[in-house]
Amino acid sequence: MELLLYTALFAPLVGSLFAALFGASPKTLLTGVVTSLLLGVSLVASTILLVFVISSGQFVHVEMMTWITAGDLYIPFGFIVDQISVTMMMVVTLVSTVVHVYAIGYMDHDKGFNRFFSWLSAFVFSMMVLVMSDNFAGLFIGWEGVGLCSWGLIGFWYKKESATWAANEAFIMNRIADLGMLIGIFLIYWNTGTLQYHEAFAAMPALETATLVWIGIFLFVGAMGKSAQFPLHTWLADAMEGPTPVSALIHAATMVTAGVYLVVRSHELYALIPNVGLFIASLGTFVAIFAATMALVNRDIKRVIAYSTLSQLGYMFAAAGLGAYWVALFHLMAHAFFKALLFLGAGNVMHAMSDELDPFKMGALGKTMKGTMILMTLASVALAGIFPLAGFFSKDLILEVAFIDGHYIIYTVLLLTAGLTAFYSFRIIALIFHGEDRHTSLGFHPHEAYKFMLIAVTPLAILAVIAGALQGSYYEYVTLLLPSTEYHIHSSLVYWTMTIGTQLFVIASIIFAYKKYMSKSVKVPDGTSAMEKSFFYKLLINQYYIPYFYEEYLVKPYRELSTVFWKQVDQKIVDATVDSIANVIYHTGENTRNMQSGNLSTMLKWMVAGLVALLSLAVVFGLATRHSDEIMLILSGLGV
Amino acid sequence: MMEIGLNHYLILSTILFSIGLIGVMRRKNLLMLFFATEILLNSVNISFAAISHYYGDLTGQMFAFFVIAIAASEVAVGLGLLIVWHKRHNEIDLDLMSTMKG
Repeated sequence: MELLLYTALFAPLVGSLFAALFGASPKTLLTGVVTSLLLGVSLVASTILLVFVISSGQFVHVEMMTWITAGDLYIPFGFIVDQISVTMMMVVTLVSTVVHVYAIGYMDHDKGFNRFFSWLSAFVFSMMVLVMSDNFAGLFIGWEGVGLCSWGLIGFWYKKESATWAANEAFIMNRIADLGMLIGIFLIYWNTGTLQYHEAFAAMPALETATLVWIGIFLFVGAMGKSAQFPLHTWLADAMEGPTPVSALIHAATMVTAGVYLVVRSHELYALIPNVGLFIASLGTFVAIFAATMALVNRDIKRVIAYSTLSQLGYMFAAAGLGAYWVALFHLMAHAFFKALLFLGAGNVMHAMSDELDPFKMGALGKTMKGTMILMTLASVALAGIFPLAGFFSKDLILEVAFIDGHYIIYTVLLLTAGLTAFYSFRIIALIFHGEDRHTSLGFHPHEAYKFMLIAVTPLAILAVIAGALQGSYYEYVTLLLPSTEYHIHSSLVYWTMTIGTQLFVIASIIFAYKKYMSKSVKVPDGTSAMEKSFFYKLLINQYYIPYFYEEYLVKPYRELSTVFWKQVDQKIVDATVDSIANVIYHTGENTRNMQSGNLSTMLKWMVAGLVALLSLAVVFGLATRHSDEIMLILSGLGV
Repeated sequence: MMEIGLNHYLILSTILFSIGLIGVMRRKNLLMLFFATEILLNSVNISFAAISHYYGDLTGQMFAFFVIAIAASEVAVGLGLLIVWHKRHNEIDLDLMSTMKG
């Protein structure tokens, strides 16, 4: 089992390093194939581990080597495969394998093909370290690794100004949150004396509540950054600048789920501080509806899907905050499948439309892109939560959790969000694939993607359909580790009313979306319609003016402050000091080089002068040492 | 008649050394420069021999022989170079030798 664990963990790293060897050379198909195969190996190893964990109910725990030992501090490179991490490993490796294979087709014409695969595999490796580590330090390494790789991938097309900007934004936002995370880890070490999960969590019930609250809050700040929760959410939508496979990976497997994973992993901590849990749930609920409203009007298909991720992450945090950790993890898994599918489908559309992202300029693409249409519709149905697809089981469960725990406000908001989700998902489906043909007149000639790209994503489609059926067995095995709260509504009348009511509400939203956006009157918006002039539309299309606010009130003052420091402190003090030292040396050289006239006679004179100077020095020092006592006496008499 | 002691020899040595030093600094003729160097070396030889005799230790006198031997070889090499230089340039003025100028 140890060997399998190492295989699962290091196969992506090997792939990444292999691709990096060819990083600077032009496209070689080999790198794509090798990295995909190694990811496949990792997937197989994870599957065997999953089977082992399910069948035996045991963990696989290895300590690869000692990393830090200093005094009482002992941090090993340890890895653990238990019910939580093996779930994450499955999601990560499965989605990543699909994305890798898909990317071979998607990045076909890109010059940075090899570099892309190197970053992509490194991304997966970081995420594997993150989920498999058995201590907070290892988790933090993976956490930072994910941040770095996301920077490299979002800014993959580094010649585009907007891409590098988005990459920096993502990186900096995450650094801000990581500071919180780091403080949380320090607090854990400070108070429990260890960073190993099981030891730290075992020591926590004995601590004061105030300390635990601080730890919980700081760890959650870290999770907020990675999982793009309000107010650190702006980077996620801007991260759409990266290539589409990267978006699929970030949103489904390797990045934003890390925050949810952290909260689920720390469930023993959050169980002790239900108030913080409630705060997490409230924030999650807020983000769910907040992001969903922004998705309603956006005119960029990738951004709509990004806001949808944000909204679904809100759902996960709502569940985790209310103590339903296994529900959160289950939704994470189901969401990964259909969200990756949705993104890869969007990638096909983008390719077909020569990177055009405005769905209003598409329309009737279903005729030419049947496969993509079916896949994306399937993913959207799953996302909307229609029976019997995955979303129905995971998302409705979260609604039930909120209802049963008596948080009716959270329940209502989440229910409303479910309707919005259905609406915006089918808004883009209707705009892209149905309705009037608006793209031909704009000069687009769409074509379906490569066959193998469609085949590669079918596993995701199958899982998006059937994942719900796994709910029972999933509950059985994951609750060996997580709190096994079952959520059943006792009165069957209430249960059926709720379920059918939700379904009807969602279906009504879908029909409304189709009706509104399939009609012949849909045109490319030009800013003249009444809707576009309304206050709410402006508020939503500008993302509640939050990016504007950040730019105006945080970035600009900071930039001005930096300019002041640069001009006043750096140039006038630091640079001036360094320059003056250099100048002294330079001028000394300049003045003394006249000695080297090349005239033998002059040089001999200088030699004699040097001899005399050294001799007199020797005499002076000789006398000084001989008469040191007297000199000291005279000096002390002078009061020195 | 005053006894000639160590001090006299050392004073003589010092005077010769000063003459040699001034010669090294002032002379522009390369040949004269060699003479000045010889005076320097021999002034030191006088000190060596005198102090050696004063202490009754032969090391100093041995050292003086070494100095004489080295001085001889130095002059041999130096004069050789000087003759070559003179053949080429037809003069041995120090101020005109400035190929080492940086």
